[in-house]
Amino acid sequence: MPGLRGLWDRYRSASPVTIALLALVLGLVVGAVIIVATTPAILNAWRGAFHSWGAPGHALKVTFDNVGAAYRSIFTGSIVDPPQFWHSVTTGKGWTASLTPLSETLTYAIPLVIASIAVGITFQTGLFNIGANGQAILGGVAGVAVATLVHLPMALHLPLTLLAGIAGGVVGGAIPGLLKAYTGAHEVIVTLMFNYVASYFMLFCLLSTPLQLPDQTNAISRTMPGGTQLAPLFGTASGLRVNYGIVVALAVTLFAIWLLDRSSIGFEFRVTGANPHAARASGINARRTLVTSFLISGGLAGLAGVTWVAGTTHYIDQNFLQGSAGIGFTAITVSLLGRNRPIGIVWGSLLFAALEVGGSNMQANTGIPYDLATVIQSAIVIFVATPVLVKEIFRLRALRAESVKVATAGWGS
Amino acid sequence: MRLELRGITKKFGSLTANDHIDLVVEPGQIHCLLGENGAGKSTLMNVLFGLLQADEGEILIDGQPVRLANSGDAVRRGIGMVHQHFMLVPVFSVAENVVLGFEPTRSLDRLDYARAREDIRSVSREFGLEVDPDATVESLPIGLQQRVEIIKALGHDAQLLILDEPTAVLTPQEADALMAIMRSLAASGKSILFISHKLKEVRQVSDVITVIRAGRVIGSVPPTSSESELAAMMVGREVSLVVEKAAATPREPVLEVRDLVVRDDRGLAVVDGVSLEVRAGEIVALAGVQGNGQTELVEAITGLRHVESGTVLLGGRDITNRSPREILDAGLGHIPEDRQRDGVVLSMSVADNMVLNTPRRAPFARRGTRNLAAVRDNAETLVESFDVRTSSVDAPLSSLSGGNQQKVIVARELSRPLEALVASQPTRGLDVGSIEYVHREIVRVRDEGHAVLIVSSELDEVMALGDRVAVMFQGRVTGVVDPSTSREDVGLLMAGSAPAGSR
Repeated sequence: MPGLRGLWDRYRSASPVTIALLALVLGLVVGAVIIVATTPAILNAWRGAFHSWGAPGHALKVTFDNVGAAYRSIFTGSIVDPPQFWHSVTTGKGWTASLTPLSETLTYAIPLVIASIAVGITFQTGLFNIGANGQAILGGVAGVAVATLVHLPMALHLPLTLLAGIAGGVVGGAIPGLLKAYTGAHEVIVTLMFNYVASYFMLFCLLSTPLQLPDQTNAISRTMPGGTQLAPLFGTASGLRVNYGIVVALAVTLFAIWLLDRSSIGFEFRVTGANPHAARASGINARRTLVTSFLISGGLAGLAGVTWVAGTTHYIDQNFLQGSAGIGFTAITVSLLGRNRPIGIVWGSLLFAALEVGGSNMQANTGIPYDLATVIQSAIVIFVATPVLVKEIFRLRALRAESVKVATAGWGS
Repeated sequence: MRLELRGITKKFGSLTANDHIDLVVEPGQIHCLLGENGAGKSTLMNVLFGLLQADEGEILIDGQPVRLANSGDAVRRGIGMVHQHFMLVPVFSVAENVVLGFEPTRSLDRLDYARAREDIRSVSREFGLEVDPDATVESLPIGLQQRVEIIKALGHDAQLLILDEPTAVLTPQEADALMAIMRSLAASGKSILFISHKLKEVRQVSDVITVIRAGRVIGSVPPTSSESELAAMMVGREVSLVVEKAAATPREPVLEVRDLVVRDDRGLAVVDGVSLEVRAGEIVALAGVQGNGQTELVEAITGLRHVESGTVLLGGRDITNRSPREILDAGLGHIPEDRQRDGVVLSMSVADNMVLNTPRRAPFARRGTRNLAAVRDNAETLVESFDVRTSSVDAPLSSLSGGNQQKVIVARELSRPLEALVASQPTRGLDVGSIEYVHREIVRVRDEGHAVLIVSSELDEVMALGDRVAVMFQGRVTGVVDPSTSREDVGLLMAGSAPAGSR
């Protein structure tokens, strides 16, 4: 059976894909443990479990029922509800309800893919862009400004709106990039703090400039005219929110694949990220590389922001990408999950978006708080970040050669 | 304390860092361990201090075999270590640093600073280690920071003190003061194991000198041995190398260095007025004990270090202080001293490493897009013609042996248009087969009419490869001699004294 043997060997050799899948499994296990520990019904069942014959079996059943219901509603809420889907197939009715879960997951995944690729590009250059959220906010603000304050035919207006979003993000990326290149300021601090600057700049724009919806005292922008919106993919009548932003996300993914795998500048990014000493000795201009990396990253983060606004809400208010829920922060973990590679990031974004969307459905159906989805997301990232732990748990083959190298690097004279 | 090491062996993968090392340090003795960078000194000290476990052999303290599983064990057995890079908390005071990890406390777990200060003062008085207990460490000059390290080691009642290249970071005055301290420590019965590659100070302060090379003890000699004897022991090779090459036919000068002054990271002029000329069709070998400015000279030539004054010409063009990119494009090939740090990206494929410094050049890229087929073809050809042993050109470079990694660099540098080649320690850490190969390639480059500058601390390599041998000592070229010059005379130049007949 060479086929099975091959599969087994691949599993044992701990490829990044295997690790990611096993991390997902472990993340779900962690989630299940938390469900057990926080659901009164399960706890009560176990409290009585040793008082009578048959009670332990009952407790087990309660446990599996609850955990099963929770994970089932995450699945049906984010991908597909099989009975509903079968109903649509057989009767031809209710397609909106059948496709809404997938549509919602894709809608959330669109800006996440773009923002995570933005972050991944700096990671590949050995830089940390913790400011993708601020850059996305600037992109959103700039995009809404061009969409609502400029009047143009649609063929020009939509592209210009997206370009404005990129430009807003580029400004946000240029600041930490130039500061690091010319003054040595640490990009983590600058980008992290810049998120606040961007947030308050947005509030300023929404309260004190023509961007604010007329006759309003709240921080809310004008609505983007129809010609600048990324229209729903299946028309407004379909009731499905998934929009043409998916084309933007696809284009960004293809661009990132070209940039990182095929372009000369991307090669220089990767050399710089993997070994800055060798990069310098090979004649790579460190300053130019890091500034370029930040400009591209910022521009894409800005595009993520404008894509979200143009595809879903069509206006921004004070809640736009605020706080730790901002996609710019989720993007950091998604990028790590996808090992900073475009294809990996697409899968990671889909997974995170599905947990996000499915989590809401779980809360609605079972009463288990939505935050459990965040816990699962976090657990997955922790497991992906500690492959040694995953290998140990699943008894995968250890990479001996590597550990020897670490020892030599540490103590070689 | 009497310390004895018996047959200590430590291996890292295929590399034997320590090969059956025997060593005895008597009480009150200053014992010097002399050897070049990479000879295995630091590994041995880390074994002795419990930071690494030996694969074979045993450590005896006062005749009793001991097991040192970690540095805490070593400290309890009375061994103190002063690392080359200080292990101090810069923002803490001297007193806080000294007690760190063994804090004296009063009731309620309050730190007893008064006692810490008093302890420091008594150690200071006893051994002449003057330092203010209340000064913050970062405000102290390096020499005083080192004293804090020594006081810290002594504070744990060390009977044997290991000093790992203690003078590497010191000014000459600070080094003199340190040696006085070492003598007073020894006079009070403490044993000192002193690691260095500086011949002069070793002879000044040691009672016994043990030379190690390539992980083996070459021999123990008294400090009355001459510097040239010590230099030859340090850098010589047991198997004499023969490189087959025809007589050189040098033509016009290609690489010219004039009155070059370069400062190191501490601001000391480590290259202090060097002039050197390498002509087309000749190999100039730069000899010298490591740490005499060779590294910085090469960094300055290749654009990696700022030139303070003087000029570097390549083919008549001024390349002084130009960017590494411009210098590479001007036709300077560079085989760096630390190949894994500066020469390759271990996580990238063999093919990518083959174009590491020419990624934008045709046919490897066109208008910003790489031509991966051309990159692979190039790598296939080079792997074939330079006999690189790899499973595939797509394999990560880290999967290759050290010798084959070096072959990748050699192949890359020799496959692009060259005016001159600068190779630093081109065969360090390689097996005999690879050494022979690299040497043949270097001679081939010369025979094709290029200028070649080799920097090596292997005396045999220098003598075998060089058409002319330049010797560097303390930032200056102390002589340029014919490779037929005797090893003793070259050894004298390496030790800074000019033999008769050199120019």
